[in-house]
Amino acid sequence: MPNLAVEIEEVSVYFNSKCVLEGINLKVLENDFLGIIGPNGGGKTTLLKVIAGLLKPTKGSVKVYGKPPHKSEKLIGYVPQLNQPDLSFPATVWDVVLTGRLNRSNLIKPYSEADKRAALEALKAVELEGLKDEPIGKLSGGQRQRVFIARALATEPKLLLLDEPTLSVDRRLDTKFWEYLNELKSRMTIIVVTHDISALSKYVDKIACLNKKLYYNESKQITREMWMEAYQCPVDIIAHGLPHRVVEEH
Amino acid sequence: MLEVLQYEFIRNAVFTALIASVACGIIGVYVVVNRIVFLSDGISHAAFGGIGLGYFLGLNPIYAAITFAVAVAVGVGATSKKLGAREDTVIGVIWALGMAVGIIFVKLTPGYVPDLFSYLFGNILTVPRSDLIVMLVLDLILVLTVALLFKELLAISFDREFAQTLRLPVNLIYYILLTLVALTVVMLIRVVGVILVMALLTIPAAVSEIFTKRLVHMMFGAAALSLLFTLLGLWLSYLTNLPSGATIVLLASAVYFSTLLYNRCAKRK
Repeated sequence: MPNLAVEIEEVSVYFNSKCVLEGINLKVLENDFLGIIGPNGGGKTTLLKVIAGLLKPTKGSVKVYGKPPHKSEKLIGYVPQLNQPDLSFPATVWDVVLTGRLNRSNLIKPYSEADKRAALEALKAVELEGLKDEPIGKLSGGQRQRVFIARALATEPKLLLLDEPTLSVDRRLDTKFWEYLNELKSRMTIIVVTHDISALSKYVDKIACLNKKLYYNESKQITREMWMEAYQCPVDIIAHGLPHRVVEEH
Repeated sequence: MLEVLQYEFIRNAVFTALIASVACGIIGVYVVVNRIVFLSDGISHAAFGGIGLGYFLGLNPIYAAITFAVAVAVGVGATSKKLGAREDTVIGVIWALGMAVGIIFVKLTPGYVPDLFSYLFGNILTVPRSDLIVMLVLDLILVLTVALLFKELLAISFDREFAQTLRLPVNLIYYILLTLVALTVVMLIRVVGVILVMALLTIPAAVSEIFTKRLVHMMFGAAALSLLFTLLGLWLSYLTNLPSGATIVLLASAVYFSTLLYNRCAKRK
């Protein structure tokens, strides 16, 4: 039996009195590749933040590799949603990726050679080593997104959390990106929040639907009931050929 | 022109400009990229409360100002977080409160308060030797702290949430930064006064940002510009017999708007 990477029990999150997540239960096994879909405002980003330890749930417990997320060291690589970054921030791609190497034990010390190697590896992985010395603000949205992925990879995480990673990556790189994630899953557990259901169907091992409540049956199939519950309306879904079928036959 | 340097007060003014510019360059950059301009201005006005208290108690106002400024810097963050109030509203209130406290203490102080005006609008020509030493010590603290925490400060300024996922003591580092801002503000009060502090904290950094792409370079640029503004402004005020603080700010603002204009035109080409 593989290890549990993430264990969420009865988690609810309220903002003031508004319920955003309700009674979430979720177990993610080590080296799982889980995709979370759901309507806008369904709480996908909130759930990711809860797992990353950025947000304390109002109720319930979250464990990442057996420990509360804010206590687990160097385990989580977080790739935030790309929303209006400060385009004039005076830092190069290299400066940004290196920040992925920060942790409590190298406070006030300079970056080590090992840190620099890991950062360079991460940059090569997203094929951006050529832009190392470019200012971060000069990059396109897709390139910046890849820098953020490199920054998360530089932490050498055991759990990679990605929030809408392909939103601003252009189509041509899209497939490449998903294939790359697919390679990574031998080394780490991956949870990705996305709208890109066709990519999910092709690469992800398991899919969950989130709309305040989580609909998940530890498989790649989304049943018609799950879909109806999550989106509250029938949706026309293009079901690809059988190899990538996510929606049960209908 | 160099013969003016034989006067001690001119020499002190040049040293003051030098010391303040180092602080301006380093901390101004953080103020600009972290978008805490309003908070910094609030700190400087609140420091006026400390100056008033200093007079009232017969202390050197600079010490009382340092205490007040640091307390406000840390207090604003804590108040808005703990009491759930909007941060900019809290800043606005403390801003006015600091000024009010200062005015009341000054009124309660028996006798004539000699150089209050110089705290409000600054007078680089009246900085005594003892204050120069205090400023030098503050500069050392500042440079040392930023050198030690440089990579953490960069991470937090760029993406605070990501820094938090790395389990960095994000809040502690942010409060340290605010404390450094408070120390810098007090230093600058001597040069351009409470009301004009923000000009020297923001303009050199903002102009430097246009021509640089890394944080360190931006700091060197900002420090150099700040020195240029203060010395050139001082010289202009000497020629025109206008108040030095205001002349420095006029010069800096003129450069700021010209740079913006230049940058706009350069981008269009």
